[in-house]
Amino acid sequence: MRIALRELRRRPGRFVVATAIITLIAILLMFLGGLLDGLTKGNTGAFRAQRAEAIVFSATAQDSLVRSRIDAATRRRVEGAPGVTAVGGLGSLQIGGRVPGHGPRDLVPVVLFGYELAPRGLPARPPERGEAYADEVLRSEGVREGTVIRVGPQRTPIRVVGFVSDTEYAGQATHWGSLETWRAAQDANRPGSRVGPGVTQAFVVRGGDPKAIDRATGGATSTLTIDEAIGKLPGVSQQQSVFNQIIGVTVVIAIVVVALFFALITVERVALYGVLKAIGASSGTLFAGVVLQAVVVTLVAGAAGAAAALALDAAIPPGGIPFTTSAGRLLASVAFLLVAAVVGCTFSLRRVLRVDPATAIGGAQ
Amino acid sequence: MTPALEMEAVRKVYESGGEEVVALDRADLVVGSDEIVALVGPSGSGKTTLCSIAGGILAPTSGRVVVGGRDISGFSARELTEFRREMVGFVFQTVNLVPFLTARENLLVVDELGPRTGRAARQRADTLLEELGLGDRADNLPGQLSGGQKQRVAIGRALMNDPVLVLFDEPTSALDTELGEQVVGLIRQEMKARGTAAIIVTHDERITHHADRTVHITDGRVEA
Repeated sequence: MRIALRELRRRPGRFVVATAIITLIAILLMFLGGLLDGLTKGNTGAFRAQRAEAIVFSATAQDSLVRSRIDAATRRRVEGAPGVTAVGGLGSLQIGGRVPGHGPRDLVPVVLFGYELAPRGLPARPPERGEAYADEVLRSEGVREGTVIRVGPQRTPIRVVGFVSDTEYAGQATHWGSLETWRAAQDANRPGSRVGPGVTQAFVVRGGDPKAIDRATGGATSTLTIDEAIGKLPGVSQQQSVFNQIIGVTVVIAIVVVALFFALITVERVALYGVLKAIGASSGTLFAGVVLQAVVVTLVAGAAGAAAALALDAAIPPGGIPFTTSAGRLLASVAFLLVAAVVGCTFSLRRVLRVDPATAIGGAQ
Repeated sequence: MTPALEMEAVRKVYESGGEEVVALDRADLVVGSDEIVALVGPSGSGKTTLCSIAGGILAPTSGRVVVGGRDISGFSARELTEFRREMVGFVFQTVNLVPFLTARENLLVVDELGPRTGRAARQRADTLLEELGLGDRADNLPGQLSGGQKQRVAIGRALMNDPVLVLFDEPTSALDTELGEQVVGLIRQEMKARGTAAIIVTHDERITHHADRTVHITDGRVEA
């Protein structure tokens, strides 16, 4: 093992190419992971921010917030379901917003949410009618506390009274106001889908069991846990599936790179391995040295990749590319690469096992 | 005293192109505990095969091989690896030092392959290098050493595990006559100083006078 480490230290040039290629793969892996996390974050923030266990949709809405409508009578049945401790209405309106200072056709897409049970970062009591908290990403559009954003064709004014973070929905910035503010904007700008008094799109629910809630409403609702509701958001699971497949292919490429590089190095070392075996090295010791070198090379490449990903994250302005890094994603990427390194090395194992110590002593005659 | 090596009726047969090739034919050889034996024979005579079997690199097809009182004839590959690590030393024809390790580290490789002894091994390596006249070259890489110095490092590596038998495979083949003479003289001096047995495989009759005894091998048959 020490021999392997000394070779890395004394002959770094031998490993530069492999380290460079694995670094590029690490950057690609972390970039893909960062994009996936950024997209997921930008699509799901509004649901992740909910301080509740479940979201209740109408049964016919196919678990879509836009299609869902629930009336006051259903609300009473949900409130009566076993274990339910709190129910809050939730409404959303995806709409264009006019921000002061922007051109008349330069609309900022926003989602106006009406809430009763405060999500993370919002006050328990929703702001007054016509007021809302805005997501932090809107700062990049010039929105400040006190800014009045006019939404929809009717230019319904929404005054920003504060900011909240990580609540994006469907890749758009959000506003969070009372149900009255949401209803007013909905009715004014979507006259074809007006909502009557007491009607909301969905409920967020604390306590209770989703199946028990649906039983209590006689099947008029479809209740999902927050995680299930996130999975049902349009495009989220498809995005995750596609990105995870690309990440999987990237890991396979890493396996091939490590396998080819260390197979080549092993071929070059056959004579040296013959000598070491002759003086008492076991195949296991020699193979452990190969694995150790692959792991060190991968760790160096992983560290370089992580540094590049962090630099990229810092360089991207808020509201730009949906890219975000997290310790978990970076560590997971390095872990994937380490597994790829070890798996890649196994292709050299057979060759190490086949090295005959007799080659060191002039070969058998 | 237990002989360093006892070989009785050792036979080694290879398969080549569907035919049996006898590399060693009922070889008998005894090497005393501090005896230096020159094993001389033409190319292809079986001297390397005999040397490999004595050093536990090859297993005999039949016969008995005892090294330092241990019968290694039926040893498994794993047991032979351990045996080589603990009981014998090798000096190869092409020296074969690890190119990216210093002279001291090349000696310490032997310790690192088995249960490590740490400081004791470092002291032994330094002592051996000092005795071999390489005290000031301990931190040099093989590329910074002359041919004779490399050969001496290889001898030091072979002695690191305090072996009962050291096998020298054509130790002078890559050296000129004068240097070859010096190296074999050094081998004799070091072996005798430690009371360690050695077999020097060579086809060069000129260096056999350094050995206590010369054994000839022809067509796989040992002639005393």
